[in-house]
Amino acid sequence: MTTLAAPTRDPAWTGRVFWFCAALVVTWPLLVAAEFRPWILFQAENMKVTRQFLGSFLPPAHDPEFLAMIAREAWRTVAIATAGLVLALLIAVPLAIVSTHVLSVSALAGRMARGPFWLRQLVRWLLIVLRSVPELVWALVFVRVVGLGPTAGVLAIALTYGGMLGKVYGEILESGQTQPTQTLLRNGSSRLQALCYGLLPQNATELTSYTVYRWECAIRSSVVLGFVGAGGLGQQLDNSMRMFNGGEVATMLLVFIALVALADRLSATLRRMLG
Amino acid sequence: MKLELQAVAARHPAARPGAAPALQPLTLRIGAGEQLAVIGPSGAGKTTLLQVLACALPPADGTYTLDGTDPWTLPRRALQRLRGRLFLAPQVPPLPPRQRVVTAVLAGRLPAMGLWASLRSLLLPQDIPAAHEALAQFDLEEKLFERVDRLSGGERQRVGLARALLSPAALWLVDEPLSALDPTRSQQAIATLVAQARARGVTLVGTLHQVDTALAHFPRIVGLRDGALAFDLPAAQVTRAHLTQLYAQHEHELLGAPPAPFGAAEPAAAPAVMHCR
Repeated sequence: MTTLAAPTRDPAWTGRVFWFCAALVVTWPLLVAAEFRPWILFQAENMKVTRQFLGSFLPPAHDPEFLAMIAREAWRTVAIATAGLVLALLIAVPLAIVSTHVLSVSALAGRMARGPFWLRQLVRWLLIVLRSVPELVWALVFVRVVGLGPTAGVLAIALTYGGMLGKVYGEILESGQTQPTQTLLRNGSSRLQALCYGLLPQNATELTSYTVYRWECAIRSSVVLGFVGAGGLGQQLDNSMRMFNGGEVATMLLVFIALVALADRLSATLRRMLG
Repeated sequence: MKLELQAVAARHPAARPGAAPALQPLTLRIGAGEQLAVIGPSGAGKTTLLQVLACALPPADGTYTLDGTDPWTLPRRALQRLRGRLFLAPQVPPLPPRQRVVTAVLAGRLPAMGLWASLRSLLLPQDIPAAHEALAQFDLEEKLFERVDRLSGGERQRVGLARALLSPAALWLVDEPLSALDPTRSQQAIATLVAQARARGVTLVGTLHQVDTALAHFPRIVGLRDGALAFDLPAAQVTRAHLTQLYAQHEHELLGAPPAPFGAAEPAAAPAVMHCR
């Protein structure tokens, strides 16, 4: 029996080099189209403007009255984000359950039946529509309908985030081990029973950390919504920016950093508890 | 439950169109309460046969009837109800790692429970004594409140079998139930399964790699090779010649240990998910 000589080169190497070069070739026109010219940042006069603006951040505003107002608005921001996310969950959870094909009974034996297939496709499209309209646009719409204030922000977050959460929940449920769930379905459990006894315990940490991460995003996005009059810390930030009050801007940015850090700790704790 | 296969052929759903079917046309009759072991070398189609029997895989050809009805002509809801009367235990125990053993075992009852009862049982297990009793049959009662990922491969496999004892099924289909067990545990587990099935009048079909165990515990032996029926005999009539022929070119499986048990190669951690954020 002859033994083959040990291969001296990796057959995958040429392909890797090719795709790397291809990625460069594709990226270059994109950078040109995006007018990506970072060196402008470092021109002398631009550096001066940057320095002035950043210089005005110090010291951050800290008189008690302002701080009390910031605390109140920060609380409102958290409330907008949380209420928006809860409503988003009400949209996302049922849609994710309907759209995930792990819970398809007809797909247990080969191909999914036509009815369920189109129902899932329909739900997917609904999720795409919900999340392809940016929350800023929803907010502008709702500010006209329900007037200035947090309600518009809550509704805007609920719709966009409902679409995002529904899509990603569906993907998380499909990406983990599906064998326990499929076995339950094969042994005659209903879809919701299979969800609770197979799919959720399998994916609990992923789902939790993604939800907390989205809560963090909702806090950030409620700030942006404040700029169009949806209330909260964002509205104050907009005012201070307009008046070039760097100290106040700095204080509010510090509050944001604290909120995001808090969300991070919360996510880590929950993951450890579910670990 | 009475099973009847009439010239049933089956192919794996993912198989290439031209590939030979995993199961050649096969005719087999299994009476209610009968106990039958399917043996044969790796790749003989044992698992495929179990999947056909479990209504998990529609036959590519021929007819399969359960108590006289063809499951694949039933509406989906009725088929799912029928599946509740079958219990298929896959070779790799289907247990979510973060679930507690008590919940995993009680999950065998789900087909007989309503949605609300099953949700309540998730918060507060409804029938702890039954789960304890089922685990005790496999010497696992002290693991009742452990989490599944704290168990060894063999313990997980026995938890998967204990689930059968709680299921409302009239047919148990167990795929390689001993692949992760040591010889003593194997004997005990298979004896328990056979005795419990007999006590409940449940039809039991098991695929086994351990030929001696199969001959010792099951009254009827079916030999499969290359997807075709090699023999179907009472255990007492299976001779050395039958077995040598069945395992020709696969003698190591007949003599030695079964091929790599799944416990040795734990399924890798779920791939990290990259989400569009």
